[in-house]
Amino acid sequence: MTVDKKKKTIKTININVDLCNGCRACEVICSAFHSEPKYSSNNPARSRIRVIRDPLRDIYVPVYAGEYSEAECAGRDKYTIDGKEYDECSFCRASCPSRDDFKEPDSGLPLKCDMCEGEEEPLCVKWCLVDALTLEEREEEGEEEEKREELEIGLESLADKYGLDKIIDTINRMSKK
Amino acid sequence: MRYAETGFNLEVDLTRGNIERVATDPADTELYLGGLGTNAKILWDRVPPEVEPFSPDNLLIFSAGLLCGTPATGCNRTIVSTISPQTLLMAFSMMGGFWAPELKYAGYDKVIIRGKSPDLVYLWINNDKVEIRDASHLKGKGAIETAEIIKKELNEPKAQVAAIGLAGENRVYFASIEQGRSSASRGGIGAVMGDKGLKAIVVRGTKDINIARPEEYLELCNEVLEYIKFREENPIPGVIPILARLGSPQEMAIHDEKWHTENFMWGNSRLRRKGFWNEEVEKEWTETMERVRTRLISCYNCPLKCGATISVPGLPTYMMKCFSKLTYTMAAMSDLDFGFRIAQRATEYGVDGYSTPQVMAFALELYENGILTDSDMPGLPSDNEERFFWLLDRIVRREGIGDVLANGTYWAAKEIGKGADEYAHNNIKKHEQLPLKLSMLNPVYFLMYSTGEKINITQIEGQFPQAPFPERKDREEFVKGWFQVPDEKFKQYFLDWELRGENSLPYYPTVDMACDIVDWQEMMHYIDDALGMCAGLSSFHLKPPYHIHNFPKFISSGAGIDMDEEKLMKAARRYRTLVRAINIRRGMRRKDEKPPENHWKKRFPELEAKLIDAYYKLKGWNNDGIPTRESLHELSLDYVSEDFIKRGILKDDEEN
Repeated sequence: MTVDKKKKTIKTININVDLCNGCRACEVICSAFHSEPKYSSNNPARSRIRVIRDPLRDIYVPVYAGEYSEAECAGRDKYTIDGKEYDECSFCRASCPSRDDFKEPDSGLPLKCDMCEGEEEPLCVKWCLVDALTLEEREEEGEEEEKREELEIGLESLADKYGLDKIIDTINRMSKK
Repeated sequence: MRYAETGFNLEVDLTRGNIERVATDPADTELYLGGLGTNAKILWDRVPPEVEPFSPDNLLIFSAGLLCGTPATGCNRTIVSTISPQTLLMAFSMMGGFWAPELKYAGYDKVIIRGKSPDLVYLWINNDKVEIRDASHLKGKGAIETAEIIKKELNEPKAQVAAIGLAGENRVYFASIEQGRSSASRGGIGAVMGDKGLKAIVVRGTKDINIARPEEYLELCNEVLEYIKFREENPIPGVIPILARLGSPQEMAIHDEKWHTENFMWGNSRLRRKGFWNEEVEKEWTETMERVRTRLISCYNCPLKCGATISVPGLPTYMMKCFSKLTYTMAAMSDLDFGFRIAQRATEYGVDGYSTPQVMAFALELYENGILTDSDMPGLPSDNEERFFWLLDRIVRREGIGDVLANGTYWAAKEIGKGADEYAHNNIKKHEQLPLKLSMLNPVYFLMYSTGEKINITQIEGQFPQAPFPERKDREEFVKGWFQVPDEKFKQYFLDWELRGENSLPYYPTVDMACDIVDWQEMMHYIDDALGMCAGLSSFHLKPPYHIHNFPKFISSGAGIDMDEEKLMKAARRYRTLVRAINIRRGMRRKDEKPPENHWKKRFPELEAKLIDAYYKLKGWNNDGIPTRESLHELSLDYVSEDFIKRGILKDDEEN
């Protein structure tokens, strides 16, 4: 793999939990955008952003889907911020065995935020009229990695689950049909 | 494939413990849309007028609106329909929040409850898995408390819970169904839920809702979002704050309560306190609000923050919205701090924030006037505010006088006698109304109060300004960009409306104009209630983002039903007429269609009769308010006229 120094745009989504009104519009538009064909269906359970909410304890944390993790954490910490107790998972982006978030509800395949590739800005940001989610862009020099395809990420998680041999066998069998 | 809707209802028989998933007929969606429309069809078909509200044969229907669960902003209403124990008519109270979209994602448009469970139970809907579970450990628990316990015991923090409190369990005629930040409160539907032995319905869903023409639908959604932004940046000048901005009246956000506290009545809807709002009160109430309000919050998929989390020191946290902020305060002639404290208890008990304070103020007025005595109220505290807590506790437990009061002011007055009915003075169709007493008759409001079958003014008013603007130039400015009107004539109606002179109340808007205005206003509410749209982004407002011109496009591109304005208006008229038919079959007639006697000081009996005559005619109803055969036929409701004829409500040979 070649590694070049390249200028790239880093997109940061600023998440202001104090401004979140808990409406979950971000989940709505995310799941709609990522349906096939685009906008043809809607289902927050497929969303790559989830609002961790506990209204009576005033907890509202929008979290984005990040890397897939095959194992859950050994221990789980608790954070107390401004007198409110948060589970560590409230801030965690991983698609992991400990929760249903960031997985396709039917197949269990992991989901990851792609910043709504092709759109001017991530649609969760566009649909967040209360400004809990805002976008910041900056240029940065860095090493460019080859982008991994969604298929590869998906296959890898299947391999973790079933073992690579079984996946290869299955693909061979399916391709003979 | 079905679009926007799931195409399935859940039929639950609590007597037999039977649960069925039943496919619905797409033809019904075309005729009645969904939500209120299809609820009305089911109630007409399956609940004949002989069925009492507390009969096992009464149905309790929880319905998502047709477009709930799609990306349409603010489309999140649950429409609960049943026969009300208080009015004995159809009740169709609604709630926002998160419940309806969750039901759609679980794969159902409605939950239809019939029968009665011998023991207290709750219903747990988890996608395809649906079970009736024991709720004996939840007996007597608060509505919010119940939701928390259930989510914990199921280990389902994302489940949405609609629950009743003690008031519903004890069949209080103004018991509500509470759902976190929202509630379906009017008409005593919580009492029917309690009568059925159903403590809560819990829903979790992770399935898709499909859209017929996705790109087109999303464009409509984006247009609405843009317009919301525009409206937020450009409040409407010349109207009171709650009408200038979108959303439910922004009671949780605003501190300035001059308008409500000086124009609405205090006590048992008796006393107007002009000059009440001064600097000192403003300072104190602002401090109270700032102290208890943790956060402004929204319903599902909506940027408007109409609710708030309220934490009164020493009391459990709850959520509030809208005018219940002031109803208890004003009924008790107290302050905002008292209002927040008692509303906490009332929310856990699950009671309607309009009726409840009024019932208590009514009881105390009877006491002050010697109609209720110490023997009726043994142990009544001497402190005014303590009295309200005392009464609330007794009402929801149906203890002593509380058992009488739990039926609302109309029925309580009947039972108490001794002239008590003079004190139950603020009802329409046996249902307590907002505490408003005004001077000059307004023909538009007269018609809405008289004929509205939701029996709540905020659920029929909207679209057209409540009062004329004094300056013509301001009126001209207002009609600019008023594209929501169904017809240009409404602009002229408004332009010519003056504060004084020939074109002023009560003879202007004229009879015909008043009929047109009310018909438009009511239609928009009925459309909202079928689609599941919040009135705060639609029918309640002047210049709302949703209107008669974009709704047909939402329906056709969303649900894949061929729809245009004419067809939509006809559908709305169809199920509106069906609601009336249900009530006519239950005995409602013209004699019942009137505002409280003292709502206006200046009344005009001849004009009022003309207004009703003309409005009935426009609606296709005969002079007694009964839909005519001809109009029923036009709406493909021949089955209604057949039933009417069989029951002798209409005559076979009748011309009309």
